[in-house]
Amino acid sequence: MFTAFLIKYAEIGVKGKNRYLFEDALVQQIKYAVRRCDGEFKVTRTQGRIYVEALTDFDFEEVVDNLKTVFGISGICPVVYVEDEGFEKLGQAVVKYIGEAHPGGNMAFKVNARRARKNYPLNSMEINSEIGSIVLDAYPEMKVDVHTPDIMLNIEIREKIYIYSQVIPGPGGMPAGTGGKAMLLLSGGIDSPVAGYMIAKRGVKIDAVYFHAPPYTSERAKQKVVDLARLVSRYTGPIYLHVINFTDIQLYIYEKCPHDELTIIMRRYMMRIAEHIARETECLGLITGESIGQVASQTMHSLAATNEVCTLPVYRPLIGFDKMEIVDIAEKIDTYETSILPFEDCCTIFVAKHPVTKPNLDIIRRHEKNLEEKIDGLMETALKNDELIIVHQ
Amino acid sequence: MEVYLDNSATTKCFEDVAALMTHIMCNDYGNPSSLHLKGIQAENYTRYAKETIAKLLKVSEKEILFTSGGTESDNIALIGCALANHRAGRHLITTMIEHPAVMQTMKYLEEQGFRVTYLPVDSKGCIQLEDLQRAMGKDTILVSIMHTNNEIGSLQPVAEAGALIKKINPRTIFHVDAVQGFGKFRIYPKKMNIDLLSVSGHKIHGPKGAGFLYVNGKVKIKPIIYGGGQQNNLRSGTENVPGIAGLAKAAEMMYADLDMDIDRIYALKQKFIDGVTKIEHVKINGYTGRESAPHIISVSVRGVRSEVLLHALEDRGIYVSAGSACSARKPQPSATLKAIGVEKDLLESTIRFSLSVFTVEEEIDYTLQAMYDIIPMLRKYARH
Repeated sequence: MFTAFLIKYAEIGVKGKNRYLFEDALVQQIKYAVRRCDGEFKVTRTQGRIYVEALTDFDFEEVVDNLKTVFGISGICPVVYVEDEGFEKLGQAVVKYIGEAHPGGNMAFKVNARRARKNYPLNSMEINSEIGSIVLDAYPEMKVDVHTPDIMLNIEIREKIYIYSQVIPGPGGMPAGTGGKAMLLLSGGIDSPVAGYMIAKRGVKIDAVYFHAPPYTSERAKQKVVDLARLVSRYTGPIYLHVINFTDIQLYIYEKCPHDELTIIMRRYMMRIAEHIARETECLGLITGESIGQVASQTMHSLAATNEVCTLPVYRPLIGFDKMEIVDIAEKIDTYETSILPFEDCCTIFVAKHPVTKPNLDIIRRHEKNLEEKIDGLMETALKNDELIIVHQ
Repeated sequence: MEVYLDNSATTKCFEDVAALMTHIMCNDYGNPSSLHLKGIQAENYTRYAKETIAKLLKVSEKEILFTSGGTESDNIALIGCALANHRAGRHLITTMIEHPAVMQTMKYLEEQGFRVTYLPVDSKGCIQLEDLQRAMGKDTILVSIMHTNNEIGSLQPVAEAGALIKKINPRTIFHVDAVQGFGKFRIYPKKMNIDLLSVSGHKIHGPKGAGFLYVNGKVKIKPIIYGGGQQNNLRSGTENVPGIAGLAKAAEMMYADLDMDIDRIYALKQKFIDGVTKIEHVKINGYTGRESAPHIISVSVRGVRSEVLLHALEDRGIYVSAGSACSARKPQPSATLKAIGVEKDLLESTIRFSLSVFTVEEEIDYTLQAMYDIIPMLRKYARH
């Protein structure tokens, strides 16, 4: 029955002079989302409203599911629109709408008319009361309640007349790309895709870097990371995924440094490499899925040790989350099933039985001196062989 | 150089087989159940396939049932037999080193109220006939023993087991999973007292999705798939004509020069074993030589994780398997390796090389050289 969607957006409505930037970005993202759906759609922005109109047949559930991935949308209202063919016809259309959208009757409703076209013969108040009585005549078991209605029946008079009464919650946040770009360290675990999602929700465009360690990690492990990036890209838009071959660096650290510090030193080099790519690709920060105390390398001491090597801000949106809270989001955004596939990632290969949990920065720095001879060359090679995969839905 | 040594997982299709299948799919694509000429043409392929396979096994063509492969053959054999004979008894016997297609089906039958005895194996991966004799009871309706183990290549005393079973109870049905053995050995069900025999097409350079089950004409089994009543009601569903024709063609080709091919593969296997055991702390699991399958070599490399070695070999174009391909995606140690008593340290350090008629000496040399290069390097960076 529905032929269009009215898109509601909350937060971006208040962004002063920049507002058009946010709205344009939102329209862009909505277009990207509906392109994935069967059918043709027109996305228009008029007078502080965004409409998605279907030009052909479409699958209602599919379109709603895809719109739910667009950050910046606070509500999705399925809309029926009719041509203006006089008030009597409008009354009939509304009666038909109630019958289809709210079968069963016996509900309290309120009519909320808006007259964007001021030359319409009735004003808003008149429309409210006239339509109200037409509905009551047609469905005697319904009643009017202007304070706590079950159904808020919206009627908007524009070129055409729009009728809607449902609001499906959107994901909130801000449209992708309005907040600059950041580099996500994507591992293949549960946390990092969620971290990317959380930062993207604030309008940040996401690029990602994955550290691949063949033959210690397999092609399947890499494919898993590509799959995860693809799932996240439903929300973020296309992701540029940088795959860095980390094996030689890892083996060199293994050779030259104490094993219980291996993970920390390795992570310091991952941060250095990620920051390097981030700067080259104009990212304004790094994103990790770290959460305090989750593993040895995520204690306050360890975080301080890994944080020290970069100057770009490091965003850690999950820092105060428990594992279960992270899993809940991972399930919601559909990355959980993929994340738990059992392939080794490069952090677990050489992990010591008892890695340090309170690394001493001076000692770590001293041990990194053991690497001086070759490490710059190895980093350079790794960066030069950066494999770029563009991931999108 | 690309060296494919994972032939127990699957094999490269013979080109003649692929050509035949393409021809059938594009030209003789009829449904064998149709009354018209197109249907009869298609039926001729399945009839010819049945005759070919029946001849190789020295059985009647009425006793060949086409399936989607080894797993389905095992399922029909075990479940079909249990369903048809549960009044005679509810006891089943199998071994501890069966393929999951048998193992998991047995677990399912246990849930359905059947009792299952799992025969142990010795350190070389073979069952003992005394254990079988002891396990047999009045209510034993089915014994299922694999012909060739898929992970270590051990051969079971199938003919002896068949004779023993029938001596104790002629009514006990004997199933043999010959997925790894068919195409390598001459298997004659009548002579070996085998009532049900599972075979898969893609392990013998035929197509995936095609296999067969030999069903002794005197044995009763019930279908597990119902529908249009094809194949004497035993397995409904339109016959996979290209698959069936390809399967038979592949079988025919495998047996054309069997003795010569097998001698050659045994020689390559021996060469590989001689070469690889020169490396320190490398051990072959199970028997070597003619007491084992010609094509399967299970190698434990102390101090190197199998997955890492697998990927290091892959870097050089050599494809092998960690454990068996069917379980390689689940990171749990192999039941077969556990059953033969491989020590804990080596369970995750074992890889399988499996050869085929396409394997040549140059590839063995290349692979040995790769092992000589890679293993010392990987051992340097062992996990602590």
